[in-house]
Amino acid sequence: MDVQTLTYIFIGLTFVFYLAIAVWSKAQSTRDFYVASGGVHPVINGMATAADWMSAASFISVAGIIAFMGRDGSVYLLGWTGGYVLLALLLAPYLRKFGQFTVPDFIGERYYSKVARVVAVICLIFISFTYIAGQMRGVGIVFSRFLGVDITIGVLIGMGIVFVYAVLGGMKGITYTQAAQYCILIFAYMVPAIFVSILVSGWAIPQIGLGAETTDGSGLYVLDRLDGILTDLGFNAYTDGVRSTIDVFAITAALMIGTAGLPHVIVRFFTVPKVSDARLSAGYALVFIAILYTTAPAVAVFSRLTFIESVHNRPYVETPSWFGKWEETGLLAWVDKNNDGAIQYAPGAALEGSSPVFVDGRGLSGQRRVGNVLSPNENEVYIDRDIMVLAHPEMAGLPNWVIALVAAGGLAAALSTAAGLLLVISTSVSHDLLKRTLMPGISDRKELLYARLAIAVALGLAAVFGIYPPAFVAQVVAFAFGLAAASLFPVILMGIFSKRMNKEGAIAGMLTGLVFTFSYIVYFKFVAPELNTPEHWFLGISPEGIGFIGALLNFIVATAVSSGTSSPPSSVQDLVNYIRTPTGAESGRMH
Amino acid sequence: MIKDNKSASGDQSYVRDSGNAENFSNHANNIVSTTVVDSYWKANVKLLLQLLVLWFVVSFGCGILLVDVLDQFSLFGFKVGFWFAQQGGIYVFVVLIFVYAVRMKTIDKNYGVDGESSSKNGD
Repeated sequence: MDVQTLTYIFIGLTFVFYLAIAVWSKAQSTRDFYVASGGVHPVINGMATAADWMSAASFISVAGIIAFMGRDGSVYLLGWTGGYVLLALLLAPYLRKFGQFTVPDFIGERYYSKVARVVAVICLIFISFTYIAGQMRGVGIVFSRFLGVDITIGVLIGMGIVFVYAVLGGMKGITYTQAAQYCILIFAYMVPAIFVSILVSGWAIPQIGLGAETTDGSGLYVLDRLDGILTDLGFNAYTDGVRSTIDVFAITAALMIGTAGLPHVIVRFFTVPKVSDARLSAGYALVFIAILYTTAPAVAVFSRLTFIESVHNRPYVETPSWFGKWEETGLLAWVDKNNDGAIQYAPGAALEGSSPVFVDGRGLSGQRRVGNVLSPNENEVYIDRDIMVLAHPEMAGLPNWVIALVAAGGLAAALSTAAGLLLVISTSVSHDLLKRTLMPGISDRKELLYARLAIAVALGLAAVFGIYPPAFVAQVVAFAFGLAAASLFPVILMGIFSKRMNKEGAIAGMLTGLVFTFSYIVYFKFVAPELNTPEHWFLGISPEGIGFIGALLNFIVATAVSSGTSSPPSSVQDLVNYIRTPTGAESGRMH
Repeated sequence: MIKDNKSASGDQSYVRDSGNAENFSNHANNIVSTTVVDSYWKANVKLLLQLLVLWFVVSFGCGILLVDVLDQFSLFGFKVGFWFAQQGGIYVFVVLIFVYAVRMKTIDKNYGVDGESSSKNGD
């Protein structure tokens, strides 16, 4: 069977599976809808958290980013896993004991303030929508490349599926679907990785293959071989870093703190039965995440090696069929600068401008023609980093069913994260804005109805983002982590670990972190992008890492302001004592 | 300091000013005094600080600050610093969380706050 048919079958089967789970796990109450009634087993919750957390970006982009950044790519590996240690030790158990539905719930109650709650809701909605836009792009890529359908239709199909299980099942439906999606995505990620690892290193476990000798008979280690090839071509060695240590430090810290402050991740720990389950569940989540995140660096190395070996100095007409297929998607392009009919790969961007602009007609060798001005270097290949994961099964000549599997895995990753994000957005609207702030008198049934309506509206907005992706999507990813790090994480942490922190301190801290981080990123990404170089950065810290400084400012300002204002009321001190002790979490919220 | 008289009555409920009727009162069979809460909390903070030091040393230490020093040494096909930054750090994170979960279970038990006496099925 051809790849297209197999892909339709795989994706069709997974969709039927998700819908069946949705019908089986219909939510009956707001507690079902918001936190699955706190009855989810820690292992299942760990899987769901992993799927929730690992987005289309993790599945499709991480290995690609690392493949081109080499050692500097470590910021994403450490940054996006280390945050779970902070979550497990500093936040999850206490928020589970608190036993309410949302992150703004905690901030609003702990800081006895509607203003604090509303500020938290604004941070949450901003962070979550930034994230969703990225998921929709992932859905679009998978559909257009693997199924050949129009992106609009692809996004609508994906949205339709999420609509059914998110609106029907709420957190309960989403949790069980996410656990299923985790199994699909990790299987889809590991199968090609194992195949390629065997081809390149002879080891079935990619984590071991990465440190093993190559099978090409040279007796060189895989990493040494890649270092050698890259330096011969004029690149930096793969295992050397070029970013400054302070920037690598700040980015890693911002991503870790940001991860621990992401509302859709935190809220997952509200769904387990006990406080001790919340700690354990964070551990399981990280195990499930680590399987992918320790494989990604191996995929990065294997795919970069395979890519260079299969295209460099090879005549275009002799390239494998995947080269032409990916040219059609616009993610790969070749310009024959020296008119020798062969592909030369070298450092630097091949084209001026951010991506190739294709023009009608074919070049002498049959390649797609590109209208961009050519850069004055020897590199003739434009390659989008996302290709590394999506195309490496084809590069390595793996069977068709493996390629189809990757498509289903990419979709599972995008849909699971989108659903989790939609839920926290709708919850914060129906629960924090309507029930707790604007219409306190509404019944449980009404609130549930509003929650479902809010999820439908958020879904519609997300679909618009997917069909008309804003040009700034890639630019604002730093926002989500930077803002989560600078606004939510410090206030939640201080709310648990300090009894003295009061509402004045928390609000001042949140706003300082938010405004500082927001302005810094906007300035370097949009106002003066030409100044976005290390010599202009504050302390040499890039916009990606500035959330770390924002978080520190949040702590400092909050501590200073609170020490100059009155202590929180004694009821808050009791609340802090309450969340610090694990006893009785199951009965924490009885109706 | 705060409300020591409350622990005597075993009632830790607090009244919220948002007008909600819910409360956070513990079950009557889960009485925990404020002094126990304080010493339990000290034990918890001590443990998590120890683990966070390890967390920092492995990730920011071995993987970032000392990466060039450690890269002078090789283990199989890996430079050591590179291995910590792209593999080892993540393995250590997993271990740290499970160590915390297991050690806290013992601490919970020692202070009688493990919730064993409360109802298992929640609501």
